[in-house]
Amino acid sequence: MADHSVSAHSKSSPLKLYFGVWATLLLLTYVTYRVAFLELGPFNSVVALVIAAIKATLVALFFMHVWRAGEKFIKAVILTSLFFLLLLLGLTMADYMTRPWS
Amino acid sequence: MGLHHEEEQHPELLHHFAEPEQQRNAASLGMWVFLGTEIMFFGGMFCAYLLYRHWYFGDFGAASKSIDATLGAANTAVLICSSLTVVLAVWAAQTARRALLLAMLCVTMLFGLAFLGIKGYEYYQKFEEHHVPGPSFSFENVPVPGHPGEYANPRHAQIYFSLYFLMTGIHALHMIVGLGIFSWLLLMAWGGRFTPAYHTPVEIGGLYWHFVDIIWIFLFPLLYLIDRHP
Repeated sequence: MADHSVSAHSKSSPLKLYFGVWATLLLLTYVTYRVAFLELGPFNSVVALVIAAIKATLVALFFMHVWRAGEKFIKAVILTSLFFLLLLLGLTMADYMTRPWS
Repeated sequence: MGLHHEEEQHPELLHHFAEPEQQRNAASLGMWVFLGTEIMFFGGMFCAYLLYRHWYFGDFGAASKSIDATLGAANTAVLICSSLTVVLAVWAAQTARRALLLAMLCVTMLFGLAFLGIKGYEYYQKFEEHHVPGPSFSFENVPVPGHPGEYANPRHAQIYFSLYFLMTGIHALHMIVGLGIFSWLLLMAWGGRFTPAYHTPVEIGGLYWHFVDIIWIFLFPLLYLIDRHP
């Protein structure tokens, strides 16, 4: 029921939301582009990746409608994929970054 | 009689689904499972990138500085705008606005072509500068950012460019497939196949397009924005 009322509500005026997300994404692109030219040491990569993660989350939640997805399995599929991606990147880097010869 | 009436209302409802809602959810779930496999497919390339960036940190910085960050940012903006037009196309299909649906599908494809055009120009620049991996590759006397007097190892820089062309190339291939999907959606929309009750292909095609946008959202900082500062 809760899902239904949310979808009914967002269907009444989703345009404001879509244009708001679009403007936020463009703003974040501009911010990440400008910040890249500042000297922040190791934080340059951190800031760039955090902004990219925020942008990707915005696209998934509001443009791909994960926010109001009626099907709960969709969230399970996304979280499972991200878990295995983290496993792939995390374990590989944990191995290579702790080898004395590399 | 009730069942017969239901079928007449939803000619697109397949007999093994109880209701249109269930059919739509099954289609989205299937698309998301495919996108899950795509995450792992691109994940392998991102993993290779991370590892070599860790090993050849300064060389990657020097190589990344040679590509045009402004064109990369422009392409990011183009894709973000195309994602907006996709979501507007889905909304137009939901609310039975046929003209808007056709317009948004066309504009999305124009954005897609603009992206590929800019990408093609960047590739052309790389060919001109001999930065394409292969026998004519040349990356001599390029300073490493943050280390005065040090020069990038051309062999290591070549790995950066191999990953650059691999990742942006596979991404561009996804864009071309997306253009194909949207041409097909445009044909179906032109024929009036989509109604508020049935527009699953627009939604599913939209999911694919947004996913390709998300991949670029990560490629942009990783390939263009590392070690930009003086």
